[in-house]
Amino acid sequence: MTTTASTRTRVTAPRRSSAGSSATTLRPSPIATGILIIGALYCLIPVVWVVAASTKSAGELFSSFTLLPSTHLFDNLAQLSAYRDGIFWRWMLNSAIYAGVGAIASTWVSALAGYVLAKFTFPGKAAVFSILLTGVLVPGVILAIPQYLLLAQLGLTNSYLAVLLPQIISPYAIYLARIYAAAAVPTDVVEAARTEGAKEFTIFNRIALPMMLPGLVTILLFQFVAVWNNFMLPYIMLGNDTLFPVTVGLSGLLNQGASAPSMYTLVIAGALVSVLPLVLLFLLLQRFWRVDLAAGAVKA
Amino acid sequence: MTATARPSGSASSRTGVPRTPDASLERAELGSARRRPAGHRFRTRVLTPYAMLAPAILLFLAFMAAPIVYTVVLSFQRVQVQGLGLGSGARKTVFAGFSNYVAALDAEFLASVGRVLLYGLILVPTMLGLALLFALLLDSKRSRATRFSRLVIFLPYAVPGVIASLLWGFLYLPAVSPFYFVTDALGLDAPTILSSDLIVFGLANIGLWGGVGFNMVVIYTSLKAVPSDIYEAARLDGCSEIQIALRIKVPIVFPALVMTGLFSLIATLQVFAEPTTLRPLTNALSTTWSPLMKVYRDAFTRDDLGAAAATSVIIAIVTLTMSFVFLRIVQKRAFGQED
Repeated sequence: MTTTASTRTRVTAPRRSSAGSSATTLRPSPIATGILIIGALYCLIPVVWVVAASTKSAGELFSSFTLLPSTHLFDNLAQLSAYRDGIFWRWMLNSAIYAGVGAIASTWVSALAGYVLAKFTFPGKAAVFSILLTGVLVPGVILAIPQYLLLAQLGLTNSYLAVLLPQIISPYAIYLARIYAAAAVPTDVVEAARTEGAKEFTIFNRIALPMMLPGLVTILLFQFVAVWNNFMLPYIMLGNDTLFPVTVGLSGLLNQGASAPSMYTLVIAGALVSVLPLVLLFLLLQRFWRVDLAAGAVKA
Repeated sequence: MTATARPSGSASSRTGVPRTPDASLERAELGSARRRPAGHRFRTRVLTPYAMLAPAILLFLAFMAAPIVYTVVLSFQRVQVQGLGLGSGARKTVFAGFSNYVAALDAEFLASVGRVLLYGLILVPTMLGLALLFALLLDSKRSRATRFSRLVIFLPYAVPGVIASLLWGFLYLPAVSPFYFVTDALGLDAPTILSSDLIVFGLANIGLWGGVGFNMVVIYTSLKAVPSDIYEAARLDGCSEIQIALRIKVPIVFPALVMTGLFSLIATLQVFAEPTTLRPLTNALSTTWSPLMKVYRDAFTRDDLGAAAATSVIIAIVTLTMSFVFLRIVQKRAFGQED
């Protein structure tokens, strides 16, 4: 609070009147920067720890200071790869399949529905939209068990489809796609294509979809993360561990570790490897992580 | 657990709906009037939007509507076992009235709700408070290293809740944690986080770690949307940076805070992955620690679908009620100026 007084005197002091200069005359505040750095360090603690811990042998893990790296990273990775004929890599592949296929399917279905809801008028449109929108408020994980029971009656549980299908429908993604379509696809263009005699599906695929693309990439990324991070649905749907995504697989491995602490090195190495793809995706595609778009803050 | 940020601009989407599409219908009608045999074409034009909505509608019916209906039906049923329970006709499903609901509201369930409410009470205000603080600092002209901080604080969003619980779980484990290594070396008696008294803080910390960055970026983004002339004017009028933050910026991001708050609240009531992952590391977490864990146990360990369904319905109703009450309370302040 002491900064208040000093800032005020400085601001009221005579200054150049050009609008941009006032920003630069503000002195950097060590407190503000310090708080941000502390926040960043807090977020890095588990990351630093897992990098250090994954270089340790089982013995060292319990005996040495854990932030001190050791030399067994490649031993641990080899052990992890050898565990049950490399089932860990199968889990990674499964996660990629669930998240990749699921996100693409979900984005396409949402884009199509969002486009229709934004650019067509038809009887029942308002009803369809409000029913879909109430889906946003339905707690998703509560549906997992009835979804399991229904799929069990079709004999579809314990399969890739059991994890993929329920995650394609996303009311929130449809809601966002509608906003993007309304903002990004000019009605004149759609009209012109119609007068030329283009089929509606062709108009969507060839004209609307490319125009909505920037927003759709954002939907795609957020859906990818949502599926990749999902735990409860695959945990319930799958019994066969060759179908597990990496989240369920590692959770099971930790469970075994409770009785055999030597498994901990596997779990730790697995945690490190499993985090890398998403962190890379995140860093490489930084400009597409448009939280503002995901939050629906598009100027229509 | 991160609550996906949702419609901070729900009102604006309304205005974004184009008023034009009527034109296409009119044209189709005109066309059919002009050329008689075009009736078929007219019909396809009318049916097209439904055909294009079909994938979404079918998936919605199959994976959202049907499970909801099925849950409600199950919650009013119970399995009656006749005789020794052997043979195909021995197990019969009968109408149970509200008996599943009465049974579901037992001490175990209420205790799990209590734990989760405490968890939410610790997590949500801390997370939103820090998210707001970080967002304001990122937006402040006096901060440095903002790009780095923003990136690193958002990074845990890319880490699944299970993996986050696993990493923090090890950091809570005295045998491998660097914190305990340090406190031991200093001869201090550190509190055991993996004990029944403190585990709720441990879980809240995992939620905070995973969620603060996402909420920070949502709030920061709504700050960025404000034209900076406002701040310039305030500065010329002698406002300090702190006054600008509290009097101008906080009210501006209030709608975003409401939405992030609401969705964080919903997410906390559904907590499942984090306590389930931590269970192998501690005795402090029962199989019914959170309401959803109890649902899972009833459905799969006890094979009592009626109880699981009734509990699910109760959780859904409580969640929806809380959302509505929460929105009602803050709506006037948050969205009053938009109408």
